[in-house]
Amino acid sequence: MSFELNGATYETDEDGYLLNLDQWSKEVADYLAAEEDVEMTEAHWEVINFLREYYEEYKIAPMIRILTKAIGKKLGKEKGNTKYLYELYPGGPAKQACKIAGLPKPTGCV
Amino acid sequence: MGGGFRRVYPENRPDHGGINKDEGLGESGARRPHVASLQQFGGLLESKRVYLHLLVNPYSCAINFAFRYIKRIGWQNQMKGSGMSSENKINTSMIDDLESGPWPSFVKDLKSLATKKPAVGQLLGQLNQSYEDRWNYWQGTVLNVDGYGGGVIARYSELAEKYPDIAQFHTIRIIPPAGWVYSTATLRELCDIWEKHSAGIIQLHGMTGDILLLGSDNKSTFDAAEELMEHGWDLGGSGAALRTLACCVGQARCEMALIDTMAIQTHITNTYISELHRPEFPYKYKFKISGCANDCACAMQRSDMPIIGTWRGPMQIDQAEVGKFVDGHGADFVIDNVITRCPTNCISLKDNQIEVDDDNCVRCMHCINVMHKALKPGKDRGATILIGGKRTLKIGDTMSSVLVPFMKLQTEEDWEKLTDLVERIWEFWGEHALEHERVGEFINRIGLGAFLDGVGLEPHPEMITAPRSNPYIKFEELAPGMLEGESGHDPAVVNEEVESMESTNS
Repeated sequence: MSFELNGATYETDEDGYLLNLDQWSKEVADYLAAEEDVEMTEAHWEVINFLREYYEEYKIAPMIRILTKAIGKKLGKEKGNTKYLYELYPGGPAKQACKIAGLPKPTGCV
Repeated sequence: MGGGFRRVYPENRPDHGGINKDEGLGESGARRPHVASLQQFGGLLESKRVYLHLLVNPYSCAINFAFRYIKRIGWQNQMKGSGMSSENKINTSMIDDLESGPWPSFVKDLKSLATKKPAVGQLLGQLNQSYEDRWNYWQGTVLNVDGYGGGVIARYSELAEKYPDIAQFHTIRIIPPAGWVYSTATLRELCDIWEKHSAGIIQLHGMTGDILLLGSDNKSTFDAAEELMEHGWDLGGSGAALRTLACCVGQARCEMALIDTMAIQTHITNTYISELHRPEFPYKYKFKISGCANDCACAMQRSDMPIIGTWRGPMQIDQAEVGKFVDGHGADFVIDNVITRCPTNCISLKDNQIEVDDDNCVRCMHCINVMHKALKPGKDRGATILIGGKRTLKIGDTMSSVLVPFMKLQTEEDWEKLTDLVERIWEFWGEHALEHERVGEFINRIGLGAFLDGVGLEPHPEMITAPRSNPYIKFEELAPGMLEGESGHDPAVVNEEVESMESTNS
């Protein structure tokens, strides 16, 4: 599968995750967010930016616990929980936020 | 679909041609004799609108119900004209044997449901093919209801071309009421909702304790979840989350119950509903609550944190009733079935009177079960908190072992002490465990001593899971003589102080 944006073609897997992670840009993120019916706000970007920073450093998506703690540290304790993250990304921070951030699809059994 | 988790048995893959189809034929029936429907009870439970069929699993004491919602009159006519009875469409030769015998049969149940829901016929077809090919054709993946990180177990069929109606065959987990007490109106409502949106299979209850609703597709999963929530149901736990709790019937229906299991379950569910819906642990975490050591919820085997009712101090003995029991059954019966079966030999019978050495009693409940009029648990009641039961993953199956020997669990303040301990465990385990590491495996890896330090508990002799049993024990005073071939010594007495301290952390 693939989609086109501003003249460039982006290959994705069957669930819409970018195959070439280097192709990610803010515009791509906006496009992917629109596909997911997520309206990107400052709060949404905080999560995306953290995910990308973490991925660049460790080459793996952070465990949810690390994500909530980091968000809590940055934005205050009342936001450092999964409930807040699911309010931003109803499809789940692992699945939906990683997709918009251009990270690989989370694997593993449920 | 990438990202799925599956078994790989390359030598058995059908396309590798490694299957001997004659091997093991006919065994499939014998493998699962306990999974079947109480067809013969159908008449008792049948109402004008609902068939209730019980699936009973005697081994785990769990009760499963399979529901059908078929009008009785139309049922047999439909069977005659359906694809199921024509046999040439769906081959069920490998599983037909499961219909025979006096016990319940899920094949029989599903076949009759198939007259109404073609997907169920195809489900049996795929199961049959799985037995023939020795290959599991289900692919698992993630499906989220908005705002939930779990509760839906998504399954895609690899044989979707052959069995199009089960291309997507998902399971929804629903939190049941504590103690599994329902009104019939509630069950009818559940049946109505589920019949509308899916293949209509309901399992009461899965090993998890949830109500399992099987057979929805990508879209109907959301529709059904929405309608269920409108009627006050909520999704259960799945994945690396707190799982739906389960408890025995407790004080609602059992005189043995020493704690209010249903209240504790409801309290924990409500307190940690966020952890239940949104996975944030290294891996799953399960509570199961039993009112006494009979452990009808099988908490010790199948939960990370069993809470089991117990008591402190002396057992209550009604010697007049003891006398009646002995007169009625004979002293031999009492000795054979009560006295000699005490695991710590702490009970004795003298002149038609029972004596119990309460210091050595381990509260196993056996004597109380047999002589339930004469003997009763003590009056100071509470719970033992255990930790670490699980099935095989990083290490083999483990049963739980004691973490807190006794804790009062009567008031909300008592419950707070429990939830405080739970949170310390989650914090320490969440911070230091490996991915997919259950708390029992975590303790196995780091040692109980380190775990107790981490969660702030003092070591206690009750925490010993098993007395030391390895043969490499030094008997200093015996060793030289034995080496020279000398024999005839009395057996050495183990130095209790040293040995018990060592085994605490083994």
